[in-house]
Formats: sequence, C-alpha cells, structure tokens
Amino acid sequence: MQMLKYVLKRVGYSIVTLFVLVALTFFLQRMLPGDPFIGDKALPQATMDALNAKYGLDKSVGEQFLIYLGNCLHGDLGLSLQTNRPVATIIADSFVVSFDLGIRAIIFAFVLGVLLGTVAAIKRGKATDTICMFIALVGVSVPSFIVASILQYFLGLQLTQTLKGAGMGAMFAATGWDSWNSKILPVLALGFGSLAQISRLTRTSMLDVLGQDYIKTAKAKGLSQPAIIWKHALRNAITPVVTVLGPIAAAVLTGAFVVENIFSIPGLGRYFVQSIQTMDYTMISGTTIFYGAFLIAANLVVDLVYGVIDPRVKLEEG
Amino acid sequence: MEKIDKSRFAWVGADPEKRESMARPSITYWKDAMGRLMKNKVAVVCLMIIVVLILACALVPMFSPYTSREQHLSELNKGFFTVCNDGEHAGTMHVFGTDKLGRDLLTRAFEGGRVSLMIAFAAVSVNLIIGMIYGGISGYFGGMVDNIMMRIVEVVNGIPYLIVVVLLMMVLPKGIFTMVVAYATVGWTGMARLVRGQCLSLKNQEFVVAAEAMGAKASRIIARHLLPNTLSVIIINVTLAVPSAIFTEAFLSYIGMGVPVPQPSWGMLAQEGAGMFQLYPSQLWIPAIAISLTMLSFNLLGDGLRDAFDPRLRR
Repeated sequence: MQMLKYVLKRVGYSIVTLFVLVALTFFLQRMLPGDPFIGDKALPQATMDALNAKYGLDKSVGEQFLIYLGNCLHGDLGLSLQTNRPVATIIADSFVVSFDLGIRAIIFAFVLGVLLGTVAAIKRGKATDTICMFIALVGVSVPSFIVASILQYFLGLQLTQTLKGAGMGAMFAATGWDSWNSKILPVLALGFGSLAQISRLTRTSMLDVLGQDYIKTAKAKGLSQPAIIWKHALRNAITPVVTVLGPIAAAVLTGAFVVENIFSIPGLGRYFVQSIQTMDYTMISGTTIFYGAFLIAANLVVDLVYGVIDPRVKLEEG
Repeated sequence: MEKIDKSRFAWVGADPEKRESMARPSITYWKDAMGRLMKNKVAVVCLMIIVVLILACALVPMFSPYTSREQHLSELNKGFFTVCNDGEHAGTMHVFGTDKLGRDLLTRAFEGGRVSLMIAFAAVSVNLIIGMIYGGISGYFGGMVDNIMMRIVEVVNGIPYLIVVVLLMMVLPKGIFTMVVAYATVGWTGMARLVRGQCLSLKNQEFVVAAEAMGAKASRIIARHLLPNTLSVIIINVTLAVPSAIFTEAFLSYIGMGVPVPQPSWGMLAQEGAGMFQLYPSQLWIPAIAISLTMLSFNLLGDGLRDAFDPRLRR
C-alpha cells in the first residue's frame, strides 16, 4: 500500500513537471524574436499568409497550445522549419547515437567513480587517497568542453601523428562515431565530470559505512579485507550514489551538446545546438520536450529504484 | 630533614570572584569556525587565490595599455611576451600574446574574468535572496503553505535546468543581465530547500517560542531569528554555487548563447581559443586555466568552510 502510494505520487509529480515544461516551451517559443520565414529575399504577403496557415501560425495562442499539446501526446513534434523533416524522426535517428554515447559515459563514470571512491576511503589519509581525491577535484572543476578539446588535441591528433611517424595506425580517432577507436575519447571527455562527482560521493558514504558496527563485527569474525569491502560495505555505501544518477544523466545529456560538437558526432546534442543557432523553433521545442521527458522519466526510475533499495525513503516522505 | 615553618601553610580559601571568571576568553561560534578555517592551509591558499583573482580582474584592465576591443592588425596570433610595434602602443608588451583579430589577450582574459565573475556573483546573489525568502516562509509557516510551496519547488526542480536556461537565453536579448535572469529562474530551488530544512528544525527552539510570546511578527522572526542561524549553511552553499554559475556561463558562451560577441568572458575566450587550438594552443589554455583554477579554488574553499563550520562532518 505504501509502495503504491509512493509510486503514484512520484508518477504524479513527473506528469505535472512535464506539463509545465511543455507549457513553458510553448509560451517561450511564442515570445521569440525573429520570423522563420524571413530570409534574404522578401516574400510577398500572400506567400507569408500561406506559410503561416500551413504551419498553423494564424490561429489563436490558446488554440495553438491545445493543438500542440495534443500533437505532443501523439509523439508528433511537428516539422523542422529548416529541413522540413519531422522533428520526431530527426530525434529518433540521432538520439540512438547520443544514447549510446551517454550510456557508455555513465557506465564508465559509475564503475570507475565507485572504484576510485572506494580505494580512497580504504586508504584514507594516505597518498593514494590524496591522489584519488585530487583527480576527482580536477574532474569537478574542469568543464567538459575543455577536457574534450585537450583530449582531442593530445590523444586524437598529437599521439596519432607520433604513431604515424613510427609507422603505426591511430590509437584514437579524433572525430566521428563509427570505428571502435573513435568512441573512446568522447566517452572519456563526457564521463570525467560525473566520474569525479561519483567518486567524491562514494568516498564520503564509504567512510560513513566503514565506521559502523557491523563492519567491526565482520572484522572480528575474521573476514578478509576484500570480503568486507566488496560484500558488506559497498552494498550500503552505493545507495546514496544511486540518488545522483538522475542529475548525472542530466549532466551527461547537456554535456553531450558540446562534446558531440567537438568530436563531430552526429548525435542529438549537436542538432540541438545547430537548431538554436539557426532559430529552428519546432526543432528546439521538440528536442527540449524530448530531453525534458527523458530526464523526468530517468529521475522517476531512479526515485522508484531508490524506493525499492532503501525503503526508509518512503516512510520519510509519508 | 629540614623543618618547614608551619606558617607557610595557610588556608587560602575559595575566591568567589575567581571561581566565576572564565579560564579562557569565550570564543563565539564564528570565531571558532574562522580559526579552524585559518588552520586549513588548502582553504586559506584557495581564499587567497580567489581574492587575488578578483583584484586582478578588477584592476588589470584599468592599468593595461590596451582595451579589450582594440585590434593590432599587424600582429595577429602572437605568442607570449610579444612586444607591440603598432601605433601609439609601440614598446608595450602583449604578455599573453594576441588573438586572431590582434586583440591583447591579457586584457581580454582579465576583462573576461570580470564578466564571468560578475555574472556568477550576481546570479548566486539573486538565487540566495529568492531562496532565503522562499525557504524561510515555507519552513516557518509549515503545514499547508509549506506543502504547496515545496510541491512547486519539486516541479521546478524536475525541469532540467540547462535546457530552461537555453530556452530563456533565446527569448531574452544577449547580455550579462539575461544570463543572470536565466540562471536565477531555475537555480534558486536548492537554496530554498536548504533554508527550509534549517528553518524547520530551528522554529521549535526556545528562542523562537520566546520571540513569538513577545509578539514578534512572522516576518521579524524569519528575518531576525531564523535566517541568521542558517548563515553557516548558506555560506557553504553559496561558495559551492559560484563554481557552478561560472561553469554555466562558460558553457553557454561556448555554445554561442552567452555574452554578445565583442565582449570577452572566459567561456567566450574558451570558444574562440578552441577554434585556434591546433595552431595556437595557448589561446585555449589561458581561459581554460582561468576557469578551472577559479572553480577549483571555490570548490576547495567550500569544502574547507564545511569542515570549519561543522567539524563533525570532517572526513
């Protein structure tokens, strides 16, 4: 019963949030300066009227909003004003790539972040701890676009040049998203910040867990250090890390805007930035709603999973 | 054995005045925290870096022989320490070199820092004010008011904030003011939640009950009794919010939605530098180091402040 209430509440929030986002997107879009049909040549009024009618821009704002809302529910996000292709198709085509990149980055960040944080917590106060936490701090403080540029320059270009000089093939490709070696650098660049965040959190929560009585009991029973850490401590230490997966998904998604641009990956982030620059209204709003819906869904899943892992959350929320 | 004169042993008696006096001067919470902060070498160094950076950003553009927009067309993309041969400034030096339009990078770097820091501080201040008022009201009144206000926070918080910032940046004209507005529209929820939590736990304490008994109005209790007691948490949070605001500015400028073009900011310089990175790497290094160093210092200072204000949390 409690579980059901918790689930319903979370789902309810998500729906309201999504509605607010759609409304916000629609009305902000209305306020945008400029006109999509004004180009280099002036169009005759009749053509303008025909275009406005074709894209439904001649109806009242409220009517347009309702139509828009209905279309969104059907998964119809309109036609891109620049390319005339359906926005939903563009998103479906390009998001596959973005999703691939994002999932790899999150897995990379999660696995290595937890490992780094755990090692730092075990070696607390020693040199290893300092090194791990310094790496984490650099990751938190250096924006992804700088990491991406640096990786691309040194590993993608300089190293390849050197290897070519030595008669070897490229270890990392500097651009694209086809061959296996083109996927390494973008994932590193995109995941580094999240890795840092996760490792800092893991360390804190691990230290917390390691101080608890049941760890002392495990030690007293004579269990080996690895058994204590991996079987007993990590399971509890990892729960707070699960909560940040929602924000991390958001960070990876927005980070992809620039990382995809830098590495010329044909993902959704790149199209989004391009559509901003060309004022492609339908594309912007469609992508925004899609991103919003995706992140809200991701947060919902994280909340529900967390409710299962740690039942105390539901009681607190009532 | 030597005989000791008995008169040397006398009953001193308890000195009632001395017994009441303090052995050590009393240390307030703030002095204690600041003392702990000053003992933390990393935090002190970071604090000094921040102060130096702020002063440099304020002063260097004033004393620089160049302005951030003037071009020296005979010297494009020069390296560090190039002596300028152009016009009236002949003999002065481009310490950081020049960019592809022949503008002095030292001047641009520090003027960009001015813009970036100004945006960050303004955005965080606005968040702080909204968050304090909102959180204070929500936490103090509790019940239905709190319920509704927190539901609103929940919804605003659920919207991915960079996407909203991008949307807002498109509607409003480019500029510093717009960036502050865009960041503040969605950024205040964290502060509001924090202040609310603190107020909830504080409002049942005796000093609040006493103030209520003496007939203080709600606004007075929130402003004079509750908020000052949440100050330590707020300071920590503000310190940690500044790097995120700097990051947002840099990110938006980088994808071309930040400050308008001739104006430098660290994100803008990074974007311009990234285009020239293969040929002139130093043009990206300068803003990259500036952004990273500032974010690093604020993060470390924030960690130090947290340890200083709440030693129990120290790891």
